[in-house]
Amino acid sequence: MTSSGSEALDAFYEALLDDDARQLYDRAPCGYLSTAPAGTIIKVNQTFLTLTGYDREQLIGQLRFAQLLSAGGRIYYETHYAPMLSMHGEAHEIALDIICADGSRLPVLVNSVLERDADGAPMVVRTAVFDARMRREYERELLRAKQRAEESEARATALARTLQQTLIPPTPPAIPNLDVAAAYRPAGDGSEVGGDFYDVFQIGAGDWVVAIGDVCGKGVHAAVVTALVRHTLRAATVQHAEPSKALWTLNEVLRQHDTGRLCSVALLRLRQADGEWTGVVSCAGHPLPLLRQSSGTVRTVGKPGALLSVIDAPHLHDAQISLPPGDTLLLYTDGITEGRSGKDFYGEARLVAATACSFDSAEALTSAILSEVLEFQAGTPRDDIAVVAIRVPV
Amino acid sequence: MLFAHGFGCDQNMWRYIAPRFEDEFRVVLFDHVGAGNSDPSAYEPQRYSSLSGYAGDVVAICTELELRDVVFVGHSVSAMIGVLAAAAAPELFTKLVLVGPSPRYINDADYVGGFSADDINDLLESLESNYLGWSSAMAPVIMGRADRPELGEELTESFCRTDPSIARQFAQVTFLSDNREDLTAVATPTLILQCANDPIAPVSVGEFVRDRMPNASMVLLNATGHCPNLSAPEETAAAIEQFVRKLTPALR
Repeated sequence: MTSSGSEALDAFYEALLDDDARQLYDRAPCGYLSTAPAGTIIKVNQTFLTLTGYDREQLIGQLRFAQLLSAGGRIYYETHYAPMLSMHGEAHEIALDIICADGSRLPVLVNSVLERDADGAPMVVRTAVFDARMRREYERELLRAKQRAEESEARATALARTLQQTLIPPTPPAIPNLDVAAAYRPAGDGSEVGGDFYDVFQIGAGDWVVAIGDVCGKGVHAAVVTALVRHTLRAATVQHAEPSKALWTLNEVLRQHDTGRLCSVALLRLRQADGEWTGVVSCAGHPLPLLRQSSGTVRTVGKPGALLSVIDAPHLHDAQISLPPGDTLLLYTDGITEGRSGKDFYGEARLVAATACSFDSAEALTSAILSEVLEFQAGTPRDDIAVVAIRVPV
Repeated sequence: MLFAHGFGCDQNMWRYIAPRFEDEFRVVLFDHVGAGNSDPSAYEPQRYSSLSGYAGDVVAICTELELRDVVFVGHSVSAMIGVLAAAAAPELFTKLVLVGPSPRYINDADYVGGFSADDINDLLESLESNYLGWSSAMAPVIMGRADRPELGEELTESFCRTDPSIARQFAQVTFLSDNREDLTAVATPTLILQCANDPIAPVSVGEFVRDRMPNASMVLLNATGHCPNLSAPEETAAAIEQFVRKLTPALR
């Protein structure tokens, strides 16, 4: 409290003992003024005059309260304060600056009430004015801190989003003489990066690898393991021609890193020789890929193998696939088959039926499956969804 | 009749005025994006970086509701929003009522708008200082209302509450705008309602608007301040009635 404020307070208490209404008004520990509905000041107490340095004669009948305010405060008064008073009959804790008699600015907090006569017509506005110099300085500090916090939050959000973008599986590269498409959708609203991934890359001429997998969990920690899995697979497939051996290496790396996160992968090696495509696939705890033959028949390919990162010597198998023109291979994560609508799962039967339909391109198949699964879950997937389709052109 | 509220409040500004015209007119009220009961997610900083974004909304409302022969009543900044809308789609509007219009708030050479550029910064600070306490406390109210539009009580409670970041940009767009050149292009019959003592849009500014617009007249109200629609609804409504019901005086 300022010195004039504390003097006023002392005088106020003295007056309180004497029950002197005049003194209680004039020496109230806040500025107090009454204005006509149009704003003209009709009554003002001594504390207000002391705070602002004006003489009573300068104010009464001469000025409207808004005219004592800074220009910005005046606009605020007309656009916010006056309408609020008119509609609510009161306005509280409005921060304004009064321009004092000597031209200095006095930050104040203002409360007003509108008194109406028996017919409801506005009669008088009573306003209490509190010196708010210290509070306003503190608020400015708060405001600056808030702005800084908002700026760094915006930076952190932008950084997180950029990092997430790098973790989301990229559009697969174009493979000569092969039609490849992929779709990925993170769980929920997509604000959190998930553990599903896919990767399509080249080893040599007519020699390609397609990987799809699911690292248990979501968020940053799952994303770190997902990145490790992808990089390890890229290195291991160069070393090992058989997918099962590459997966074995991946298992060793995961065990060594002690990530504690289970991981399922379907790893497919594609080779083209004499214009014919063939594949070798190994599945580690992952749903077996579906093969759609040109006739429309759909069946699974490969043999089930053990989930990775569980034991040191998982059982893993390789299976040969021939891919004549018109055949399509579909690799997917369990976010598809385990998509739920109430107690009902989307399930493998629906996926097989969707895959059996005729389609023009790999992209048409992946987007049809993605939209069907999303629709099944009313647009919000509970788990990540990843799907890759490889179609041998006719 | 389409009523548009100004900076600082929402369509509640018209609660004493608009009902009086429901007998003869289809009365349409709306909140600008960011104000009142509007959907804050519809706010795009780029679109609303000038008043023409808001004018586009006015035209879109007319188109969507298939309004014809529109009498547009705009308060404060919405007066200029109406002028821009009428310039863009003159065929929609038969009359304009501009309550406290100002085509430019900042003084410029001989033109007296009433404010300096520093004053506008002062306003932005004032807004921030007042929104400091509101931003967190009011957010739930604003959020909660979107799915419960029925309420009269809460609507009054939230009166004048705007999303702080939107209000800030709206204030900048409003008070830094210069629409003096747009006035001459609008030949729609126009009534200017000018308050006797308006600290935001002085009488000289109202006269400037009247003189620049080809087909405008001005009524000087006894009301003081910037919101005659709240402080003097009788006088304001009477002046609007005079203008919009001119053709059927016998019925009055």
